[in-house]
Amino acid sequence: MPKGFTYNIIEVEKFATREVYGKVLVSLSETNKNIVVLTADLMRSNKTGDFARAYPKRFFNFGIAEQNMMAAAAGLAVSGKIPFVTTFAVFASLRCCEQVRTDIAYPKLNVRIISTHSGLSMGNGGTTHHSTEDIAIMRSMANMTVIVPADANECAKALIESIEYPGPVYMRLGRGAEPIVYKTDYDFKIGRAVTVMDGKDVTIIACGITVMAAIKAARRLTQEGINTRIIDMHTIKPLDTGIVIKAAKETGIIITAEEHNIIGGLGGAVAETLADAGLGIKFKRLGLPDIYSVIGAPDDLYERYGIDQNGIYNAVKSLI
Amino acid sequence: MREVSEDIITRLENKAIDIRKKIIDLTVIAGGGHIGGALSMTDIVVALYYHAMKYDPKQRYWPDRDRFVLSKGHGAIGICPILADVGFYPEEQMSNFNGLDSPFGMHPDMNKIPGIEMSTGSLGHGLSIALGIALAGKMEGAKWRVFCMTGDGELDEGMIWEAAMAAHHFKLSNLVAIVDRNGLSLDGPTEEVMALEPLEDKWKAFGWNCMTIDGHSMKELVVVLDSISPANSDKPTCIIAKTVKGKGVPFMENVTDWHYGGLDDAKAEEIKNGFEKIRKGGR
Repeated sequence: MPKGFTYNIIEVEKFATREVYGKVLVSLSETNKNIVVLTADLMRSNKTGDFARAYPKRFFNFGIAEQNMMAAAAGLAVSGKIPFVTTFAVFASLRCCEQVRTDIAYPKLNVRIISTHSGLSMGNGGTTHHSTEDIAIMRSMANMTVIVPADANECAKALIESIEYPGPVYMRLGRGAEPIVYKTDYDFKIGRAVTVMDGKDVTIIACGITVMAAIKAARRLTQEGINTRIIDMHTIKPLDTGIVIKAAKETGIIITAEEHNIIGGLGGAVAETLADAGLGIKFKRLGLPDIYSVIGAPDDLYERYGIDQNGIYNAVKSLI
Repeated sequence: MREVSEDIITRLENKAIDIRKKIIDLTVIAGGGHIGGALSMTDIVVALYYHAMKYDPKQRYWPDRDRFVLSKGHGAIGICPILADVGFYPEEQMSNFNGLDSPFGMHPDMNKIPGIEMSTGSLGHGLSIALGIALAGKMEGAKWRVFCMTGDGELDEGMIWEAAMAAHHFKLSNLVAIVDRNGLSLDGPTEEVMALEPLEDKWKAFGWNCMTIDGHSMKELVVVLDSISPANSDKPTCIIAKTVKGKGVPFMENVTDWHYGGLDDAKAEEIKNGFEKIRKGGR
């Protein structure tokens, strides 16, 4: 645990993952002089201002030029630095997709891409600012690790572990006020999913904000006698395939829920695992059904696309 | 202009002949290559590797080395024989150039070829990568420099100009871009495909020191490379080196079709004999 940072500071019910990101980064950088932070005129949005003030010589604002920023991060990494590159998820995955793939993933460089405002969290920003393809894009790049923390605590743990983790990491954060899932300490390891609730009738595999939605749905389901297992699949790649196969065999029903197109993301990864294992179980992917999102407040969008607690609850009821 | 010893120039000119011959040999071995652009940049990279740059083939990651990024990654066939010649690896390792599982192909891979600082190939990326390396050097207060060789056609890429803007903004006087201005890209003359001129004015407008030289005059190359001192400026430097695509091979010079091509043994011998005719003072 880096000096000066403990989970005890997070006492509020909701705490934005990106706020934690900024604080943990400052804390980690006290001891690790190789950490540098890059932004593309989104310092305020990405919450990297604390770092910029603490370490101005290790902070680089590239202006609104993500492609240059991402390739420069490769140059910094090849020179021994640990760049944390920050921008909105839609730009990190699409605007500089080739720079990520060719300059960072292919040479396997230690760049940490921290994307904020992912999924539908930009709400009324609309499709130009929603990122519903980024998990699929990043997951298809060899050498890339893809992490979607469920809350601020998990974000902090993933950031801390990422420092020593070999190769590039894509971390997908939200915009703000994500509910806290983990109120007490727990074991976190990149690539090993967390069983948040155990159950034998049905499994919900979630990531990011859908973890809390699944917990809320499960509380209702439990009252109705449906014993629900919830897996927080914080690492989409490398996927914890063992926990998926175990859940399929033990519960016979799996529902995935993600703030993403149902193609290529968490649902896709789980589906591939089930198919590879020859497990023909009841299965449903929740997310955007291969459409572009509409405008609206994030909570309204989660309801529209069935990834809030009601959507998950209804999906379970339809399959059980 | 500082005087440069004629011996130094002659040695480099003769080295360029050696390297061009190796490029021809590799083109035969590889079954074809980007020979036009490899021959246009030869004198520049010879001036860098045999005169201007500090490095140690025995310590690939020597911290004080100058860094070289080949933004025009398709020029690998022009760089790989130099890295072998200076001692990064034996020349025989290139005997399967372009073959299955060969470390050597059309574009250089830093994880497979000693001496390659960065994997390149997708045009327009190299200057941004070099900029990141230069930022790291500047953070450490290092004396080493970063040389980035770009093609001219790849200056069409918007990312190049993002990097140009940023290098000036970050005051990266340790960054030197060298444009292999051979005037031709794959589809034809750059001024017909996408006009670049007035190119020097563009770099200057972006805040760079910029000068245009004859990229086949070893004397001009040496003088300009010797004159760049990061300590004397807070600007990055761009050298526009006017070159001839296919330089040294009469039937290739300034011919668009020789962007990429193959050679048989007889043709290769003929070309290599032609190179020897300009050698000074014997081998």
